[in-house]
Amino acid sequence: MEKIICACGHENPFGTKLCEKCGRPLTEEEKNQKVLDMRYDGTAIRSKTRNKSIVDKIWNFFSSVKVGVSLIFINLVAASIGTIFPQEFFVNVATEAEREIYYEETYGSLGKLYYALGLSDVYSSWWFQILVGMLGISIIIASLDRGIPLHRSLKNQRVKRHESFMKRQRVVAEGSITEGDSSKTLDLVEEQMKKLKYNVRREGNAILAERGRFARYGPYINHVGLIVFLLGVMLRLLPGFYVDESMWVREGDIRAIPGMEGYFIENEKFILELHDNEKTEAQIQQGVNAVAKNYQTNVKLYKQPDDALPGQTDNLELVKEYSIRVNHPLQHEGYSLYQMDFRLNELKGMNFTLTNKETGEELGDVKVDLTNPQKEYVIDEQTKVDLLGYYPDFSGFKNGEPQTATSNPNNPAFIFKMTTPEKPDGEVSFVAIKQTIEPNGDNAYKMTFKSVETRNMSGLTVHKDKTIPILFVGGFIFMLGVAIGSYWNHRRIWVEQLQDGTIRLAAHANKNWFNIKKDLTAITEYAHLPQFIDQVEKENDEEGQKEKEGDNTL
Amino acid sequence: MNKKRNRSITRGVILVVLIAAIVYTVYSSATKDKVELLQVGDEAPNFELVDLYDSEIKHRLSDYEGKGIFLNFWGTWCEPCKKEMPAMSNQYAIYKDQGVEVLAVNIAQTEFEVKNFIEGLGVHFPVAIDETRDVMTEYNVDLLPATILINPEGEVEKIITGEMNEQQIASYMESIKPEQE
Repeated sequence: MEKIICACGHENPFGTKLCEKCGRPLTEEEKNQKVLDMRYDGTAIRSKTRNKSIVDKIWNFFSSVKVGVSLIFINLVAASIGTIFPQEFFVNVATEAEREIYYEETYGSLGKLYYALGLSDVYSSWWFQILVGMLGISIIIASLDRGIPLHRSLKNQRVKRHESFMKRQRVVAEGSITEGDSSKTLDLVEEQMKKLKYNVRREGNAILAERGRFARYGPYINHVGLIVFLLGVMLRLLPGFYVDESMWVREGDIRAIPGMEGYFIENEKFILELHDNEKTEAQIQQGVNAVAKNYQTNVKLYKQPDDALPGQTDNLELVKEYSIRVNHPLQHEGYSLYQMDFRLNELKGMNFTLTNKETGEELGDVKVDLTNPQKEYVIDEQTKVDLLGYYPDFSGFKNGEPQTATSNPNNPAFIFKMTTPEKPDGEVSFVAIKQTIEPNGDNAYKMTFKSVETRNMSGLTVHKDKTIPILFVGGFIFMLGVAIGSYWNHRRIWVEQLQDGTIRLAAHANKNWFNIKKDLTAITEYAHLPQFIDQVEKENDEEGQKEKEGDNTL
Repeated sequence: MNKKRNRSITRGVILVVLIAAIVYTVYSSATKDKVELLQVGDEAPNFELVDLYDSEIKHRLSDYEGKGIFLNFWGTWCEPCKKEMPAMSNQYAIYKDQGVEVLAVNIAQTEFEVKNFIEGLGVHFPVAIDETRDVMTEYNVDLLPATILINPEGEVEKIITGEMNEQQIASYMESIKPEQE
């Protein structure tokens, strides 16, 4: 690609709008403009300079602001469509197949499509991740593509600029000083600019005063923050950075904690406390019977010895005891265990009485602990009850054999063999809730159901997120960038004293022209400079339009 | 000219790195559950469980080094688990002498239920109860039955979820049989 050689002799890369050295406009378009476009200081935007190889083409695609904005828009739309139906996380079914059915049944064919497209779990669907990834690439490449040339051009600024550059700035002044000694004018300007906290460089009869250059980096800092944030989210996928598991543990049980290797938790007690107030009006309106005051699980956290293997639970070390309440998770080594759910009154034990059916005579009580049923329950020398079968979640017979649907005691059923002095060979009875079957005809004795013992179950979630500090850092950098870009502005004032002692002045600010004009008024007064004019404002006034502040943030 | 080529290379490298990051993210999020799960070729996590009948016998995976391990996770409520057990028992009788061990791990049920079930079926192989579900968690077993084949080198040879027929069980045991000297 050919270089553009400026009248001053400087070689500029293809695509440059304003000579890097003297600031002369290089394109016809720029030459015809009264006020120059100072975006990126007229440097060649990298992606616009070459468009040859496939690498360049991909690069150019991502560096385009249009593409970036479109990507943001598409991401927004996709994420908002994801809010139309509930996400999978909030759908209370266990397996994938059930989920698919749930969406179809609940929301019809739209729901089916919703599920098929992965909208039911937007953040995990591959196309959404690709979209976010593309946005990330766009941010990085657009920043490199614009940021690096801008940085170079700002770093290598010349003090003296060409007349055509100066005259085409928005705020300009030209003429002889209004009073005093013209040989001292530049000294006065320099002195005053320094007072106004400008960085002043002087080369011969030219001055460049500059303030707040770092404001130009705001958007790039902001982008760095975004990238750090995205990186943090990405890290969640690496093992060890992010754990989000849930578990159920019954009172009295010790369970291995999923996602937290080597640790066990014992549920000592689950506590549900309710407010015992009179029903308020709002409660009655909403049909709420009782309001919970506290959900609490008293737990013991255990750790295996370091050399122990999974399954080896005989010498667990107690780490700590804690009462997990809502918003008061048990915290240990970066892990948090939260109180999330509960189930009350699961059967734990069932009490029966061995009873003579006719006389009603009671021979003794049998207490079956469902967590540890025994083979036989001896009442006295001649009387005992053998447990032949236990089916915690009885679901019917199959080939004459009782079946259990799960291992949870939702519908316990037993096969008892009752040995009594009257029936020394024993009588067999199948006992389930509201159902008794006597396979050998009429028994003399029966197991009369007396009472139950129950226990509660706590639903806990295990959470660990090492990426939080990274997200915080990313967010902080992001906000820092926003603040720098919004509250500070880059002001530049070029002053040149011509051979005949007259002054030529030009000023540029990337935003907030009001401020730079205030500064200009101050030096104009102090150094008796000719009055400056705002060419854009003047033009607008001439066309009878309302004043409009230009805002080129970049 | 050199500068241009360098720039192209830099751009290419940046693009490749960024695209690789996306691909990695999408891939690992798609396979997240499976990555946490055990994978074929991984070293099988060591564990120790107490035998159902003899509390003196501890089934420690590392003690079986040099043997093929047929690790079966099951529950009494699981119909396919029940169906495949007699076949497992038959094949174990054949492959036991050829260096294949079976361990049937029950998921946290009561001793009574487990014994009752095993005796009712009349099957013969070592059984242990994973009371705290620790081993189940370690092997990330989700659906039952689940069978993990571990070769004599202690690596996971194959993971089978769902019911197996006798023929399959035989071929699985064959596949983890140690080489005869």
